[in-house]
Amino acid sequence: MNTPLQATLPTPDFPSPLAEFWRGFARNRGASAALAFMLLLALAALFAPWIAPYSPIEQYRDALLTPPAWAEGGSWRFILGSDELGRDILSRLLHGARISLWIGVVSVLCSMIPGVVLGLLAAFYPTRLGILIMRLMDIMMALPSLLLAVAIVAVLGPGLGNTMIALAIVSLPSYVRLTRASAMTELTRDYVVASRLAGAGTLRLMFNTVLPNCMAPIIVQATLGFSSAILDAAALGFLGLGAQPPLPEWGTMLAAARDYLESAWWVVTMPGLTIVLTVLALNLMGDGLRDALDPRLKQND
Amino acid sequence: MIQFLLKRLGVVIPTFLGITVLAFALIHVIPGDPVLVMLGERNIDPTYYREAMHRLGLDLPLWQQYLHYLGNLLQGDLGTSIKTNIPVLQEFLALFPATLELSLAAMGFALVFGLAAGIVAAVKRGTVVDHTVMGAALTGYSMPIFWWGLILIMVVSVHLGLTPVSGRIDIEYDIAPITGLMLIDTLISGEPGAFVSALEHLILPAIVLGTIPLAVIARMTRSAMLEVLREDYIRTARAKGLSRSRVILKHALRNALMPVVTVIGLQVGTMLAGAVLTETIFSWPGIGKWLIDAIGARDYPVVQGGILLIASMIILVNLLVDLLYGVINPRIRHAR
Repeated sequence: MNTPLQATLPTPDFPSPLAEFWRGFARNRGASAALAFMLLLALAALFAPWIAPYSPIEQYRDALLTPPAWAEGGSWRFILGSDELGRDILSRLLHGARISLWIGVVSVLCSMIPGVVLGLLAAFYPTRLGILIMRLMDIMMALPSLLLAVAIVAVLGPGLGNTMIALAIVSLPSYVRLTRASAMTELTRDYVVASRLAGAGTLRLMFNTVLPNCMAPIIVQATLGFSSAILDAAALGFLGLGAQPPLPEWGTMLAAARDYLESAWWVVTMPGLTIVLTVLALNLMGDGLRDALDPRLKQND
Repeated sequence: MIQFLLKRLGVVIPTFLGITVLAFALIHVIPGDPVLVMLGERNIDPTYYREAMHRLGLDLPLWQQYLHYLGNLLQGDLGTSIKTNIPVLQEFLALFPATLELSLAAMGFALVFGLAAGIVAAVKRGTVVDHTVMGAALTGYSMPIFWWGLILIMVVSVHLGLTPVSGRIDIEYDIAPITGLMLIDTLISGEPGAFVSALEHLILPAIVLGTIPLAVIARMTRSAMLEVLREDYIRTARAKGLSRSRVILKHALRNALMPVVTVIGLQVGTMLAGAVLTETIFSWPGIGKWLIDAIGARDYPVVQGGILLIASMIILVNLLVDLLYGVINPRIRHAR
């Protein structure tokens, strides 16, 4: 009789995989810089209440639409300027980082975990259940992710929580397809057959034998999914369907800034620049991860 | 070929039915009573309420309601807008040309500049030019297009005063919608200045909507070109004494175009999603803005019908791309 399964995550035992991975990743300068940026952003988000100069919703009525410090008429009181209600933009961006990163983490986890499970199921039971799952995914893929998210939010109503639900649902198919495809390849390998013959149960085969070998593309997808979640959440916020004011979500901030295109460029520029930098960093990291984890997918450079 | 078509249809029809279920469910999972939502009232007479339930068929079992809905759908009846009382399909058809014109212009922009950028980057591989182009492409790919639109309006329209801020044409022109494509209609109308006005209105939205496809096409073209440039026949062509530009543009590009064509097909969905944002920013009267306005106004038949129509369109385009691909490349047609 085997000893019972230990309730820990499977830790595949490669020859120092982490060091090998890190060497590959660190060689990519763009990806390293992106990682540094993301770490900085995560720290800023974590400590936002302590490092932000002001509260994100405090309105300084004597200083509406103050330009940033370096611009004409700006002051160091509001480094990145203030918005139409006299709120400090830097403080709002820092607190907004919490919201955006939180949306990213929650929606990625909430679509990756069920997505991986469904993908494994589809690979292990390809005849009926697999076909059913894949057909469902085809239906979800018929709409572009942002439109499906818009439809879901239209039903559930706008808001931060519903945004996360919608984004989790729309990115589900990519994880299912990816996991299924890599699991199908792994299933034909000898080690899986050997494990099956040795008496491993289906659950053990799924999560302990096959899954660890499918993780590389899933991790890459999660990074890229993180960036599209932030982008789509901002788009929903901009359309008035995502996080609602006065929450300092980056897209929501841009929606309010639309009326100040002529008078206050900084109100429009700052939140957008933050989104671009964050999404760009995540995409660079995704590329770097892909090259380091799975050299087969490496693009020609 | 017919077998291939049937196989593809075997996938497409269930997907379409799934979309109809999704659209049908949309109305039925709205929080609150659909009748109250549709009538927009709170305290209504119970007899009137029951009548409305009956008239809308909401007193039937769900599956009967669905069959009813599907039956109407197949006859082209997508319901009626609560706000305007115009059939949803009619509204869609009236607004669709605006979105089509914008998307075509955006795709044209993306193709011309994306192909050029990709070819240049591949030919100048590893140089500053290559890094700059690819850096720009990745930035474009990471761009929230609603912000990109605002920035362009701010710089080009407001500060430089080069293009109008919103709409399809200056209000002084009254152009009869013959094709629905403003550029063509203004040409037909022969009114002086109308065509230029339409063109000025189209430029910025097309650039905004075309940015992400441009970035995708540039990246795809570059890697496809690099792949092809390595082939023996390219070296042969050069050894034969053909000029470098001729080899690149005639011999290499033709074969590099295959994957690019697929990407263009895949970008149709991205374009329609992008149209929602672009049209909102530029007040472009197309189906994207229509859909968002309908959500704001809780005009559920429009939301339901709009989503269904957009999804059907994407399914159709993908089917066409698959078929075209099968025609171009027999290996796909005969696979599996």
